[in-house]
Amino acid sequence: MEELRAVIEDLLSPLLGGYAAWAATFALTMMKIVAIVLPLMLCVAYLTYAERRVIGAIQLRIGPNIVGPMGLLQPIADALKLLLKEVILPARAGRFLFLIAPAISLTAALAAWSVMPFSPGVVLADVNAGLLFVLAVTSMGVYGVIIAGWASNSKYAFLGCLRSAAQIVSYEIAMGFALVTVLMAAGSLNLSAIVLGQEGPTFLSWYWLPLLPMFVVYFISGVAETNRAPFDVAEGESEIVAGFHVEYSGMAFAIFFLAEYANMILIAALASVMFLGGWLPPFDFPPFNWVPGFVWFFGKIAFLLFCFLWFRATFPRYRYDQIMRLGWKVFIPLTIVWLVVVGLWMQTPLWFWN
Amino acid sequence: MVEYGEEKKLRGTVPSFALIVFYAFSAVLLCAALGVILVRNTVHAALLLVLAFVASAGVWMLLFAEFLAIVLVLVYVGAVMVLFLFVLMMLDANLESLRSGRGRFLSAAVALLVAAQIAAALNRDSFLQLPRFEAPAEAAGDNTRLLGSVVYTEYAYPFELAAVLLLVAMVAAVALSLRRRKDVKYTDPAVQMRASPAGRVRLVDMPSEKPPQTATVETNKTTEKRKGEKQ
Repeated sequence: MEELRAVIEDLLSPLLGGYAAWAATFALTMMKIVAIVLPLMLCVAYLTYAERRVIGAIQLRIGPNIVGPMGLLQPIADALKLLLKEVILPARAGRFLFLIAPAISLTAALAAWSVMPFSPGVVLADVNAGLLFVLAVTSMGVYGVIIAGWASNSKYAFLGCLRSAAQIVSYEIAMGFALVTVLMAAGSLNLSAIVLGQEGPTFLSWYWLPLLPMFVVYFISGVAETNRAPFDVAEGESEIVAGFHVEYSGMAFAIFFLAEYANMILIAALASVMFLGGWLPPFDFPPFNWVPGFVWFFGKIAFLLFCFLWFRATFPRYRYDQIMRLGWKVFIPLTIVWLVVVGLWMQTPLWFWN
Repeated sequence: MVEYGEEKKLRGTVPSFALIVFYAFSAVLLCAALGVILVRNTVHAALLLVLAFVASAGVWMLLFAEFLAIVLVLVYVGAVMVLFLFVLMMLDANLESLRSGRGRFLSAAVALLVAAQIAAALNRDSFLQLPRFEAPAEAAGDNTRLLGSVVYTEYAYPFELAAVLLLVAMVAAVALSLRRRKDVKYTDPAVQMRASPAGRVRLVDMPSEKPPQTATVETNKTTEKRKGEKQ
């Protein structure tokens, strides 16, 4: 990395003089960002394809299979179609806010990836308070929803945004408490340090075992945070048309879609970093630890994403008051109790996860 | 990020990167703060306040107070302002009546008071003769760890007091707003979960159609046999 930096700096110094060092840093950071975002967008595109195929299989249908071999070009065709469509501005909508809302959603979904460790040392920004950073950045995604619903100047969009925002704020509390137990176990807020804290001979040394209830709470809260079925009341088609993005069309709508799927991948990645050992192999002996770390990491993410799709095909939609009950009256007390249990457990010699 | 050595090397020829970022954040912060009090639409004002919080979090980040900066975004932007926006969007508050009425003088008095307070706090050497607290040098390293160790040892009592104060406010808010409506048909999910099919549905074994005449005797026999098995 440093050599690359020096090369770029040398190339730019005749042009920019003293500013070449900056420009090199800037260019290198940009390259790293592109290296994360481009594959991520590709993953998002193929996650939509995977979703349609998996749910098709669960419902004994085929799913998209016409465009390209096995329908593999379907996401590209969808993206092209949405790009070519007109973005319609509703009458008396707040123009600026209406257009900036999808951008806020997507920014929040992408910014959190900057602290994600893919392999030992492979991370864009190795921030000390990485876990907090992720929580803060993802909590800003709710503004995309609120602003979209309000600026649309439409009752259905507004109702959808209120539902969604209340749901996201409620489940964030349970999620935060689940993360507190993780940072207690790891003794660090740095995501790389959390993965390294789970190092051990087998998958039993990962945090899913002592923090199993927290893992379940975190994952279900993640499903609720991303407004996915069975918690997708924000876009309940049968009740409020399509929720907060009912007035959006074309690429503006597509960006909300991208943000939702990028958020799903983010939740799956965070769950695998915090509870399933990130890039660590399930067994630390030859046939398993020959496989490079990021393959394990992506495998874990893929499994959790499959769970997202599986839930959507399996469970009926929750009623709104039941969602709130689950968040406030079941998950938050459960997490608080488990916080105390873990605190006490860590003081005994029976705590094996150091 | 620009490393320290580099920054020294560059100093004199070009301003440091951090300085430019600082001015950018400060400009956004000031504009947003002015916007909060100048725009007519209350929702726009609240959104500008959110922008001001984010910009000030950026300034704190430049001071290596990363914990405070992130918590500012997490708590104020991620939770408090969301609920605030909820209220504003649903109330449709009218600012014009607030601006023109007697409230003007009250707001001016409050603003003056707050400004005086801030001036006193910043200038405390001459005003209150309070000791000036310097940021510990180690804070630049791991701000989160340092803050945790200070808050739970040296400042444990003030911290606990603040927590209790928040708890009291929360209990009061719940007590004031909680009401049980009698006219709502509420189903207890626990009861729903305990329901077993045996208590709800009785499955009756019946032949689906009248069997053909020739096989009557045999079919009857098999039905009786099944009944016998059940008993």
